[in-house]
Amino acid sequence: MLYTYLLEPFADFAFMRRALIACLALSVAGSTIGVFLILRRMSLMGDALAHALLPGAALGFLLGGLSLPAMSLGGFVAGMATALVSGAIARFTTMREDASFAAAYLTSLALGVLIVSLRGSTIDLMNILFGAILAVDDQALILIVGTATVTLVGLAAIYRPLVVECFNPGFLAAMGVRGGLYHALFLGLAVLNMVAAFQALGTLMALGLMLLPAVASSFWAREVWSMTLIAVPLAFLSGAIGLLLSFHAGLPSGPVIVLVASLFFLVSLLLGSRASVRSRLSRPVHLRG
Amino acid sequence: MTPALRLVDLTVSYDRHPAVHHVSAEIAAGEMTAIVGPNGAGKSSLLKAMLGLAPRIEGKIECAVKRIAYLPQQAEVDRSFPISVLDTVLLGRWSRFGAFGKAAKTDVHDASHAIESVGLGGFERRPIDTLSVGQFQRVLFARLLLQDADLVLLDEPFAAIDAKTVVDLMEVIRRWQAEKRTVVAVLHDIDQVRRDFPNALLLARELVDSGPTSRVLSPENLLRARAMAEAWDEHAGACIPLKQSA
Repeated sequence: MLYTYLLEPFADFAFMRRALIACLALSVAGSTIGVFLILRRMSLMGDALAHALLPGAALGFLLGGLSLPAMSLGGFVAGMATALVSGAIARFTTMREDASFAAAYLTSLALGVLIVSLRGSTIDLMNILFGAILAVDDQALILIVGTATVTLVGLAAIYRPLVVECFNPGFLAAMGVRGGLYHALFLGLAVLNMVAAFQALGTLMALGLMLLPAVASSFWAREVWSMTLIAVPLAFLSGAIGLLLSFHAGLPSGPVIVLVASLFFLVSLLLGSRASVRSRLSRPVHLRG
Repeated sequence: MTPALRLVDLTVSYDRHPAVHHVSAEIAAGEMTAIVGPNGAGKSSLLKAMLGLAPRIEGKIECAVKRIAYLPQQAEVDRSFPISVLDTVLLGRWSRFGAFGKAAKTDVHDASHAIESVGLGGFERRPIDTLSVGQFQRVLFARLLLQDADLVLLDEPFAAIDAKTVVDLMEVIRRWQAEKRTVVAVLHDIDQVRRDFPNALLLARELVDSGPTSRVLSPENLLRARAMAEAWDEHAGACIPLKQSA
């Protein structure tokens, strides 16, 4: 029974196995990036950044068709350009960074949809916007797993300065460390992960597996490393459960995966051990008895 | 004795508006100096300039000390960040292990000791978002202790801090002075400065006076500082060279 429902789909179908490995790699690297996006109060900016990949990916699509290298490269360049230009606009004008990110994201979403529709069909557009994790091939899998490796090594290298940059940037500056450099490196890794996730979940939901488990973990853990340790398995569980649900019920996999992650978030919000609804409602310990 | 810091005709400006204007003064080595002045008088900017973090300075700062430690205003720190007391204090040893090195056993031991000496023994594993403002200030002082600096710069160390914590932290500051370290603190409580700090520097963008506290904080000087802060013309032209600043 259990075997039929939980393991058979992966045993019988190679596309399910590939999708599961893609989920694992995306979870390990993506949700770690997600934890830092939240701590830097950049969740919405991250979302805007993910949408900003679209015109680049679309341009790659226009030139190379549904070719993964062309679309990924285009997406990466567009994402980095948006991050740097928005940062520069915020620095040199009085416009706030969130506003400039919002402007960049709306522009790029419209531009991207327009470019895809120049050549592709509605199905191509749907694939780019919402991804196709069941269509992940070996090439895409190598990109996703390679990105995860680079991300983990990169984050391990910049972990301490990045944490201090989030928490007390002035201290880092007083130690003679250029925090802006680490911020830029982090943004680069974040965009890289969005490019990897875009193949599986599309530009509109690429951030789902990165952010939702990370937000959920903040209701359980009290330090950066423990948040990460909770976020990664949550993300992978969301991926695995989402894949199985979509397989058995014949639903599109991307949205189901993100919805399962949302469910974990809701449960954590209600029942988490810190700052959750439960901990707000429960009576303080010294009043009991 | 050579001063720890000598400011020579120092001007610090943001966006062409000077926050500190043509200040020349000396900070005596191994002594406690308070920086006093009305809001917007450039006190924090002066500290940032001493640290080498001010965006644009003219004039000179001659520095005779090697290691400088800095206590930021609490608003500059994200107190909701998920980090433990011990990790926060350990950052004081940054100059030892830097961005990539490993903290040695002695560093951890010293950090625990520092946490104990600011009266927070047993708080090592607590996340900082569970601390009160006063407790968190004790944590930042423990970090300063670990930095083992020759010159300690404190930006409003006692703003919104309870009386008991002020007494305890003043004790830490006196210990630094006994160890021949130089302490410079931005302070608002004039009575406290008169009581605890032998030297003062009165600032109202321009220097009003610096030297022994009893002379610097005379009623006439304090009145002058207030008048100067109120009379400052935000839209005045540049002083040198003869060019419109707008």
